[in-house]
Order: sequence, then C-alpha cells, then structure tokens
Amino acid sequence: MKKFVTETGVVAPMDRANVDTDMIIPKQFLKSIKRSGFGPNLFDELRYLDEGKPDQDCSNRPLNPDFVLNQPRYQGASILLARRNFGCGSSREHAPWALDDYGFRAVIAPSFADIFFNNCFKNGILPIVLEEEVVDSLFAETFASEGYQLTVNLERKVVVKPDGTEYAFDVDEFRQHCLLNGLDEIGVTLEDAEAIKEYEEKRREAAPWLFLGVR
Amino acid sequence: MPGKTLYDKLWDAHLVKQRDDGSALIYIDRQLLHEVTSPQAFEGLRLAGRKPWRVDANLATPDHNVPTTERSSGVSGIEDPVSRIQVQTLDENCDEFGIVEFKMLDKRQGIVHVIGPEQGATLPGMTIVCGDSHTSTHGAFAALAHGIGTSEVEHVLATQCLVQKKMKNLLIKVNGTLQPGVYAKDIILAVIGEIGTAGGTGYAMEFAGEAIESLSMEGRMTICNMAIEAGARAGLVAVDDKTIEYVKGRPYAPEGENWERAVAAWQDLKSDDDAVFDKVVEIDGSSIAPQVTWGTSPEMVISIDSNVPNPQNSTDAQGSEGIQRALDYMGLSADMSVKDIKLDRVFIGSCTNSRIEDLREAAAIVKGRKVAATLKQALVVPGSGLVKEQAEREGLDKVFIEAGLEWREPGCSMCLAMNADKLGQGEHCASTSNRNFEGRQGFGGRTHLVSPAMAAAAAVFGHFVDVRDLV
Ligand code: SF4
Repeated sequence: MKKFVTETGVVAPMDRANVDTDMIIPKQFLKSIKRSGFGPNLFDELRYLDEGKPDQDCSNRPLNPDFVLNQPRYQGASILLARRNFGCGSSREHAPWALDDYGFRAVIAPSFADIFFNNCFKNGILPIVLEEEVVDSLFAETFASEGYQLTVNLERKVVVKPDGTEYAFDVDEFRQHCLLNGLDEIGVTLEDAEAIKEYEEKRREAAPWLFLGVR
Repeated sequence: MPGKTLYDKLWDAHLVKQRDDGSALIYIDRQLLHEVTSPQAFEGLRLAGRKPWRVDANLATPDHNVPTTERSSGVSGIEDPVSRIQVQTLDENCDEFGIVEFKMLDKRQGIVHVIGPEQGATLPGMTIVCGDSHTSTHGAFAALAHGIGTSEVEHVLATQCLVQKKMKNLLIKVNGTLQPGVYAKDIILAVIGEIGTAGGTGYAMEFAGEAIESLSMEGRMTICNMAIEAGARAGLVAVDDKTIEYVKGRPYAPEGENWERAVAAWQDLKSDDDAVFDKVVEIDGSSIAPQVTWGTSPEMVISIDSNVPNPQNSTDAQGSEGIQRALDYMGLSADMSVKDIKLDRVFIGSCTNSRIEDLREAAAIVKGRKVAATLKQALVVPGSGLVKEQAEREGLDKVFIEAGLEWREPGCSMCLAMNADKLGQGEHCASTSNRNFEGRQGFGGRTHLVSPAMAAAAAVFGHFVDVRDLV
C-alpha cells in the first residue's frame, strides 16, 4: 500500500449528498478481473454522455462538460471534497480502487458510509470527517478560487488551508500507523518477516520434504 | 496435561507467532490457485510491487470455467468471453510470477482438489489453502486445509502466512461396517443430516472410527470435501498405511532419505489417545442407508427408503416454513417417496466424486445396462486429465459410452455451471457434487446429491432406486 504522510493537492468539489458506490463505479465494471484501471470509469455515468462498457477505450467518449472533474480547473486534483454519507451502497472495493486509480489520495466529507470508510483504509485512501460547517466553507473557497489547494497532514491529523488555518480530524491509531508506514494487512505481517524466516529455517531442518517445492 | 488432537498438532507445528489479540500467524506450506479467485490477488501483488514469498509453494490450474467438450483449441476456444478472460489471466499471472500451472491442454489439468493429492502436492502434515471452500478435501491426508478469500490469497502469496484464530475440536466417530452399496458420500450426507449445516461451525472436524478407517483415500477425500457443508472449514483424517501408500511415488512426493524421514514423522499425525475434543458425535455406520437430498441444503437429506418430509410434521414453525419453501422450489409434494422423483439429468463428477474409484463404482452399476430413455442427459466428468487417462486404460469410458452416458474432459462442469454444462429451469438432477443450493447447477435447477453408484443407478432407471439391490 502507498504511504500517506502529507498530501498537498488541488481540491475537486463533489457537491451532492449520498453519492453511492454505483455512482462512483457502475456495476458493469465489476466483471473485471483487475483492481486497477478503474480510474477512467470513476463516476462514469456522470462523467460521460454515453453508456460505459467494460474494456472500452474511454479517451474518445463524449464528455459531459458540466461534470466537475471534466473542468480544466480541477485537472490533477488529489483531494475530493464531498457531502454527507459519501460512499453509501454496496461493499464493492471497486469504489476505492477507482478513486485511487484516478489519483485521489484523500476524501473530505461530513460523513461516510461505514463499509466504504473501511475499504478506503485498506486501499491507501484517507477519508477525513470534518464538521458540516467547515466542509461548507471549504466548498465555498474551492469554488471561489481557481487552483485552490489543501494540505492534509496525517502525522499531525490536520487539514491545512492556504492561509494556514488548521482543522483537526480523528483517525484510529492503528490505521494511522498503517497509512503512515504504507502498511496494509500484508504489510503488517511483513513486519514479522524475520520471524517467518526463522520459522522456515527451523522447519526446513526438521521437515525438509515440505520445502521440496512444485517445479 | 491431556494429549493433543491432530488439529492441535498441526496448529502447533505451523505457529509462527502468537499475537496478543488472540490471532496468530500460521505458516502455509502449499497454496493451490485457480482462475476465479486469484486475479485480483495477483493484481494486488503487482500494484504493491511485491513478489510471491515462495513461488514453489504454489500450484495452479484452471477448472471452474473450462469447457468439458472437445477443447483442442485451448483457451481461445472458450466461447464465453468472461470465462475466457479469467482463464487467460491465470495463465498470464502464473507465467509472470513463475508459478507452475497445469494449463488447459496439459493432461495433468483438473479440479484443484483432485490434482493436489494426485500430484503429491498435498502431503500429510501440511497446511494447505486455496481460494475455494472445498479445500477441506485435503484434510483426508492429515493436512490442515481450508478455503480462503481473495485478499487472503494475496496475503499468502506475499507472506506465506495467514492470520488465523484457533478453531475448536470436533470428533465425528463413525463406528461399524458399511453395508454393500453404501459409500463415503452416504456417510458424510448422513453426518450432515444429523448435525446440520452449521453443526461444525467454528470447529476443525476430525473423522475417525472403523467405517472411516476402512475407506480408501478417495472415500476419505469425499468425506473431508463436504466438512464445509457441515459448517467446518477443515476436515481431518489421521494418517495410516493407506495414506502413506497413496502418497508414495507421486510426482511431488519426497523420495529416498527424505521419504524415510517423512514417513517416520507422519506416524505421529493422529490424535493422542487421551486427547480432549470440545464435542464428540458418534454415528453407527452399519445403519446408514444410501442417502438422497430432497431439498435445497445438504442437511435436507433422507435415506432412499424413506419419504420426503411433510412440513406439518415439523415441530417448530421455522422448520415447517423452510421445508415448504424447499418443497416448492424442488417441485416436490410432502410425503412422496424419493423413488418417485422424475429425473432429467445425471451428473457424475466434481471435487467430491470424480476420482478413479468414484468412476469405477459408477461404471460397475451401468455396465451392460442402458441409460433410461426419459433422461435428457447423463454426464461423466473426470476430475483430472490423469483420472481420465486411467479410466480409459481400464475401459471405463467405453462402459459409460455404451450405456449412453457422455464422457467429458475434466473440470468443475455442472457442479456450479460456470461453463456451458447447466440444468434447465425446473430440471431434476441426480448429482455427485456437494451443493444443492437454489440455482447452483443452473438457474431454477433442482439438485439431488447422491453417491456415484446411486447416480449411476438413477441414470439407468430414470429415477432413484436403492443401489443396495444392485451390487
Ligand atoms: S468441483 Fe464444484 S465444489 Fe469443487 S471446486 Fe469445482 S466448483 Fe467448487
């Protein structure tokens, strides 16, 4: 998993409540055998004027000029600003996979759906809950100034505005530790790599036939 | 201190680290991979820039999606594009990471749970995982084996370990001698009928007793295969001479000095006499009759000589509702004899019953007989290319074909209908597979789980008969 320590980036405003996982990535893309490559289909139905199909080249599809991510000023955004109950709907991990593949590192909203919130951490995305009024003011500032950027500092657990104002947010200690160090569950297990190797060494001596291997 | 169960011994031997929160890191000796549950795991590895911890601990083969009809054109001949892409992806991933794969045209290809033991990739005393719940099959070799999810497949690829909590110990003791015409499949169906589909939840389920000891390795695999249908993620049988005899000389089995040492160590792979189990269930094997499932869960099972249940006789309300719903789905009426169920298709195959012994038992029944004219289809799908070859050497293919059954290429086939082999809506099938859930063998399909001999007899008569009268 990618490390997350601090992230400074352009903010894209997703100005609607209850954005569900079907909106984030429509169901026809779940047949894929991959967990990467969902970026071009992030918000597919909002983003394009035609119907998206799996395995299609999206570069020639008609874009919806009104959709926020299609506006030049938000290109390269890495922080998504959202409204309440973001990520509701199914448990599909494709939703964070799509956000990640598109290039988002953090999502700021007044509230998130549970499963989506958990899935984000498993996939290196930081979901940040801030007060509704704070989120309102961030939306206003994002709309007001082109190229508006925020900094997210996970070590200090703050969101920093361009003028230096800071908003503190909460994050579970274990998850903070995993993200700061780029550890997923596999990463956590790999912290015990030495113990695994030691086990293997002893076992190889006691039961060498278990290590003959498939060749 | 009381003695240890077989499960305790296997657990202790694979414990890498006990964590404070009660979970533990368990070392995995073997991982089997197939096309359905591995793609995102490989993708995850790639995205994280990780390599498999021990490439040669893995063995892969496509099984769920492969066609069982003529397939000399290989992967490109798979008609359904989604299936084709899954199989292709497995090929590409195994090539990229250097994992040994028995590809579609390799004669060693087959159902993962058939090829592991067949190749000696399944050894006594191992921990074995696969992204498939019927991994419990391998417990027949006194190996700790269970199914895992896709994220865990990735975890094992990357770390050779799994984060686990220890299960409890359950002993199923099957005493006595089986009647002729009664097989391993009948034992496990009877066990599930007795303890229910949740009876083994949270337990490692060890099978012991005279009736189990007298079974061949194939029979023990059938039993352990369906431990998961009783809720237990892992089934187990102790090592004896049959286990060692079966493993000897297999391609990936140890040789020479390694073999001698291994055999000496394997002698200890049994529960100590004074081991304490959290739960013990005893069953009289000599009273088990051939079993047939009538409903939509493996616990909805009865003996061939009894009648389909009547919801009105069920004591609790939920039970009667469940029985009624199952009867409706299955298109059966209460109190009817199982022998009066009209069959449309017969399926002999799946990781439960597609090994050479299963095919021999089925062939012995149909030999010199003909499939009933009322049947639409009777399929025999061997579990692997090598099982197919062996059966053909013994002339079993001819026996089946002469009787009017179709002789197919190896794979999961109609067990879960991910390829072209499916039931039509409302069709009844006598099947040697392991799950009779709604729609399992095709949308609206009706599955009756039976032993290979019972399926073969049903093919001949077009309805269920008591195979004890035929052997
Ligand atoms: S034969 Fe059936 S149960 Fe066995 S692995 Fe294949 S699909 Fe699963």
